[in-house]
Amino acid sequence: MEIPESVKKRLTLPAEEHFYAGHTACQGCGASLGLRYVLKAYGKKTIVAIPACCSTIIAGAWPYNTLDANLFHTAFATTGAVISGIEAALKALGYKVKGEDGVMVVGWAGDGGTADIGLQALSGFLERGHDAVYIMYDNEAYMNTGIQRSGSTPYGAWTTNTPGGKRHFLEKRHKKKVIDIVIAHEIPYAATASDAYPEDFLRKLRKAQKIPGPSFIQLFAPCPTGWRSPTDKSIEIARLAVQTAYFPLFEYENGKYRINMPSPKKEPKPIEEFLKLQGRFKYMTKEDVETLQQWVNHEWEKLKKLAEVFG
Amino acid sequence: MEDTLFGEKKAEARKLAFTSVEQYPEAPISLGTTLSNFTGDWRTFMPVINEEKCVKCYICWKFCPEPAIYIKPDGYVAIDYDYCKGCGICANECPTNAITMEKEEK
Amino acid sequence: MTEYKPIKKVVSGNYAAAYGALHARVQVVAAYPITPQTSIIEKIAEFIANGETDIQYVPVESEHSAMAACIGASATGARVFTATAAQGLALMHEMLHWASGSRLPIVMVNANRALAPPWSVWDEQTDSLSQRDTGWMQFYAENNQEVYDGVLMAFKIAEDKRVSLPAMIVESAFILSHTYDIVEMIPQELVDEFLPPRDPLYTLTDFDNPISVGALATPNDYYEFRYKEAMAMERAKKVIKEVGREFGERFGRDYSQMIETYRTEDAEIVFMGMGSLMGTVKEAVDVLRKEGYKVGAVKVRWFRPFPKEELYQLAKEVPAIAVVDRNFSFGQEGILFNESKGVLFNTDARPLMKDYIVGLGGRDFTVNDVRTIARDMKKTLEKGKVKEEVVWYHLKR
Repeated sequence: MEIPESVKKRLTLPAEEHFYAGHTACQGCGASLGLRYVLKAYGKKTIVAIPACCSTIIAGAWPYNTLDANLFHTAFATTGAVISGIEAALKALGYKVKGEDGVMVVGWAGDGGTADIGLQALSGFLERGHDAVYIMYDNEAYMNTGIQRSGSTPYGAWTTNTPGGKRHFLEKRHKKKVIDIVIAHEIPYAATASDAYPEDFLRKLRKAQKIPGPSFIQLFAPCPTGWRSPTDKSIEIARLAVQTAYFPLFEYENGKYRINMPSPKKEPKPIEEFLKLQGRFKYMTKEDVETLQQWVNHEWEKLKKLAEVFG
Repeated sequence: MEDTLFGEKKAEARKLAFTSVEQYPEAPISLGTTLSNFTGDWRTFMPVINEEKCVKCYICWKFCPEPAIYIKPDGYVAIDYDYCKGCGICANECPTNAITMEKEEK
Repeated sequence: MTEYKPIKKVVSGNYAAAYGALHARVQVVAAYPITPQTSIIEKIAEFIANGETDIQYVPVESEHSAMAACIGASATGARVFTATAAQGLALMHEMLHWASGSRLPIVMVNANRALAPPWSVWDEQTDSLSQRDTGWMQFYAENNQEVYDGVLMAFKIAEDKRVSLPAMIVESAFILSHTYDIVEMIPQELVDEFLPPRDPLYTLTDFDNPISVGALATPNDYYEFRYKEAMAMERAKKVIKEVGREFGERFGRDYSQMIETYRTEDAEIVFMGMGSLMGTVKEAVDVLRKEGYKVGAVKVRWFRPFPKEELYQLAKEVPAIAVVDRNFSFGQEGILFNESKGVLFNTDARPLMKDYIVGLGGRDFTVNDVRTIARDMKKTLEKGKVKEEVVWYHLKR
């Protein structure tokens, strides 16, 4: 459908859709929304690789494709390697890769496929310097297999293999800082982004497109099913994750850190505001909340320092 | 079919079923889009738009994960109920409460 | 057609493989070092460094990623090559299925090496044979020439649209990989006539008509894709023979048969095996013939697809077959023995068959060993029945 020009001007995102409805993501799914944004940024001239994750299903069961772009379904551990191979082949075949008019090669993997089983292939991809964009959509657990903890699951979270119970057996480790591991590779561009701030996400996607070499974006993508949260609260929760500095938005570009949100000058909201909308945190004690708050504070201070020193 | 977000592509979308092995492609490549799959029947609550309250900010359009919200020639938004799963994000994010979630009578 | 004048080079099996890849105009190589394969990918790096090729070379961080990168590159539309051995091949296992299921004509050289533990770097076929169900074609080279020829033919067979399946060229650790021999190489323009650029079944570069590859198939659809793959492997038999014949016509070395028979015409006992040890066996046949034994040899070139019909024709004529298996399937027997017995079950061919487990972990296998097997087999033939089916031939007792 043609959107009137007068309206197009007022839209904060591209009007074009390259992500088809009719997919089978759960109601209020942040992963599907993120994929919609990625395709809005990059359009049809894109090759996406998706490993085992929710998006395997979201992207369409055979014989259907949810993406208006070429898509290669691949094995769990292989996103970084497969996009490396795609990029190498495009170059061998004479295509321009990345940049304004180049073919975009995108790895779209969940947190399990990135923080855990795919970490080695991600590292190889980053270190070798391929012209591709790796996006980790972070819903903080293995959601497609039915909510098991991943390296990216936060402290105190209920999952089906950290089920709480009499012995208070909840997730006992803090969220693995994949973005820090990525930055340790000193790639040209890495950033965090959130479904709640699509304009910021698209700006980062475009930056990732322009800057040669490997780019990495960690996208905070709420999962109402796994987080035991109301389906209409996905964006609200994602916004609170940023406002509490639990998941701050920042960029690392050619060695420099820049914080986008929340403002480093103001006190972030208390972590309870983020926790209270989600059933997965309901077994946390006061002490648990305090432990998580201290981790958030510590990480936030660290980031602010980095932005100060390497800004 | 009314002119919604996916217009012609929606009209062209077909459910594909194969009755003999010859009909299958040699490799497992896709042959169509998911637009043939109407997910509207997942819905319990349906979003209803009150145009009197709508300020055409397009926040609902922006945050729809399907996407099932489209913009009409008059600039107001509308919902393609063939796809809307009724998650309610649009109603929750609407700054003027122009969208309400109403229990759907089937 | 340009007149064929071979270029003779003294090279190792590994270098033969690298030259094969170079002459096949491979576009992407993604590989990880592992003994005894490493000098293949070293040589390819040298070709690039010397400006002989513009291959996109992806030095990956594991074999699992090597095969994944090859898969991504092949799906995009490039001609792709890699090499591995033993532990590396085992690590690739998941992705071997992915390559064949996506119907990608990747060619890989595997240097047969025994699997650990205990650690070994020496020759054994169990690594490649335990990948027999992955949907890859498997060609076992007897010598360096066959490694070179095999790589060139493998691309043509794998990329044939009737096939569209990956192929593995298998060479022995050290016995071929590191041993120098004369290899007749084919001038580039003649290779180009034989092997035109790849025309893929699909690519990921049609941006106006995008596709997805490998999406979830329900029980209602998955089955048909496996049948398609099974039929492609069946059709591969015909394509192998066609390409093998064409190769012979062009370059004088005929590969039109999936098995190679050697002095089997009037043989009472035939030794059957794969790979470099068949060189030893053939030499032993000549010696034993002089000593009065009526023996012959059968080399199984292609293990996948399996040369069922050829083995039946052979088994009809031969009273006794001694299979020499440089491999073993625990809880069963040697793998070639097992498979060749199996294909005869519903036929009228009933040769006496015995399995000799030889050379595991690189244990030397000599002409004398073949003589000992011949004596044992002759006794079996005289008795008219097999008592001990599987013989751990070298065992220290």
